[in-house]
Amino acid sequence: MTRFILRRLLLTIPVLFGLVFLVFFLSRVVTHDPCRAILGEKATDAVCADYIHRVGLDQPIPVQFGLYLGQLAQGDLGTSLKFSRPVTELLIERLPTTVELTIWALLFAIVVGVPLGIISAIRRNSPVDVGAMVIANLGVSMPVFVLGLFLQFIFALLLKNTFLSLPPSGRLSAGVEVRPLVEVWGMTGTTGIVRGVLDFVSGIYTFSAAITGQWGAWADAARHLILPAVALGTIPLAIIARITRSSLLEVLGQDYVRTARAKGLRERAVVIRHATRNALLPVVTVIGLQLGLLFAGAVLTESTFNLAGVGRTLYEAIIGRDYVVIQGFILVVAVAYVVVNLIVDVSYGYLDPRIRLR
Amino acid sequence: MSATTEPLSGGAMPAGTPGASIPAVVDDPLARSRPSSLWRDTLSNILRQRSAVIGLLILSVLVLTAVFAPVIATHDPNQSMLQAHEQGAVKRSPPCIHALGCAADKPEHIFGLDGNFRDVYSRVVYGARVSLGVGFASVFLAIIVGTLIGAIAGYVGGWTDNILMRLMDVILAFPSLLLAIAIVATLGRNLFNALLAIGIVAIPVYARIMRSSVLSLRESDFVTASRALGESGVGILLRRVLPNSLTPIVVQGTLGIGGAVLEIAALTFVGVAGSLDVPEWGSMISLESQQLFNAPHVILVPGLAITLTVLGFNLLGDGLRDALDPRLNR
Repeated sequence: MTRFILRRLLLTIPVLFGLVFLVFFLSRVVTHDPCRAILGEKATDAVCADYIHRVGLDQPIPVQFGLYLGQLAQGDLGTSLKFSRPVTELLIERLPTTVELTIWALLFAIVVGVPLGIISAIRRNSPVDVGAMVIANLGVSMPVFVLGLFLQFIFALLLKNTFLSLPPSGRLSAGVEVRPLVEVWGMTGTTGIVRGVLDFVSGIYTFSAAITGQWGAWADAARHLILPAVALGTIPLAIIARITRSSLLEVLGQDYVRTARAKGLRERAVVIRHATRNALLPVVTVIGLQLGLLFAGAVLTESTFNLAGVGRTLYEAIIGRDYVVIQGFILVVAVAYVVVNLIVDVSYGYLDPRIRLR
Repeated sequence: MSATTEPLSGGAMPAGTPGASIPAVVDDPLARSRPSSLWRDTLSNILRQRSAVIGLLILSVLVLTAVFAPVIATHDPNQSMLQAHEQGAVKRSPPCIHALGCAADKPEHIFGLDGNFRDVYSRVVYGARVSLGVGFASVFLAIIVGTLIGAIAGYVGGWTDNILMRLMDVILAFPSLLLAIAIVATLGRNLFNALLAIGIVAIPVYARIMRSSVLSLRESDFVTASRALGESGVGILLRRVLPNSLTPIVVQGTLGIGGAVLEIAALTFVGVAGSLDVPEWGSMISLESQQLFNAPHVILVPGLAITLTVLGFNLLGDGLRDALDPRLNR
């Protein structure tokens, strides 16, 4: 197992290097005239020359790339041109929003999608099955932002004065705040990595509010999360439901399932203990693949629901030609993607003992 | 299961009875049914899939809408009803259909007006042209380039294969929407570049499909046979391998057009492509996204149009996959 993980990690190095390389050059092309993009169209040539020199853009591209790699090796992602703040600081501030949103969306997709697929498979061709599959088909066909706007329309406008009313945007209501961990635990003096991790965790409101017992703020954050998480999670939900259904149908046709039934096991035990367990392997693969998709969806969800997350920041950086932010954020996203895929591969070994990881 | 009438197959005309003296046989219905051919079998397989039929129906309506947009639309998509405004038209006025009880003295607009006094219905109708056109074109681009790369990688093998496929991996490692945004930002923000970007992002999918079918077919007997007969590498690729790997590419392509329609809408929604004038569904939503609570129709109508289009392609793609998969041969 350890050897497998090590080998996989080694294999991802060339891909990551290619990615760093590509992002670096692509962002140089995107930032056609970074000086005027940052300082404004009216910046004079002298001001621009000075600026270009200050941020090091007057050096040859290979030299810049070398310097960039050196920075990376020290864990320094550079300083944003637009915000004049370190990219790591921006990440600590904005990544939690996206992580929280993605986790809740994925949870929603799994918790609803897997049972839906199982019920569909057991009651094949029944009205329940047909209904579930119609919903699944509609779910994959509706753009995230359209669904998001529909949900806002229903829950924030049509149901406005009912108990089902939900806030249409933002992360917390005005006046509500989740006190950061360093404050609650009296660790305001800490700096460095510990501080970074603590601030990062504090940013995941539904988690930090729960562990510090700020239940009022927790409920408010959770209410704000429902609509975006449902909007973002619907496409994965539909895909997961379909895969679960077809995979379970395949497994239910196998001999050992017939044996289990023949020896008099209750149907519930056959389906849940025997069949579903084996049917979940392709489902796990798909869940892993969904993370990439979820991220693309996060850009749209964040702009629909007015959340300052990674997707929105990256989009703004691309439009505002802030190449330092583009590089840093894409790299982090790509690394996360690679790690998730590794976790998915490793989990195969647990789900299916026949698979030997080498 | 719905039973569909299947064309009579295998009923070949019995041999013999030569001579011109019996022309009546020609009109025998049995004689007219030709032996089952690949194409007819395929077609009947497709028509047996409920989802494929529904998808085809939706798409036929959409394609007809796109083709006959000038006939179907009630107004010019960019004509501002400012003059009508002086006669009482209201900005973003809700749908008004006389047949459904809207006051007769109000101007008729099936889906209402948008923020620039333009007829939403006509814009949605013309939007079918943009979405379908961009969807087809970008997938076509991706298929051409992707199959070429996949074919070369699979057929040549070795280092070429390694480099090409690692490059594809790198593209796949990006979140596709962000890569598309970056490409559009680089090339210039317009719809054509969005088309290119969506095509480029989709290339690896087709390259992978093509490569794997080339790899599995390369060593098969019929390919060895044609190599022994002296067929060139290009000839083998074009005449032996390509026809045999078309099925997965067609299926993926159909689903891919749906995806492309989603992506183009996403790109115009975030505002990197599209413009005020082009009647495109995503930009229609984007322009009015702040008006959701005042005038929901300007958002819900184009939103439903996107959903319906993508649904059509998804259903057709799923149906095609079930119909064309040789492992499920009935």
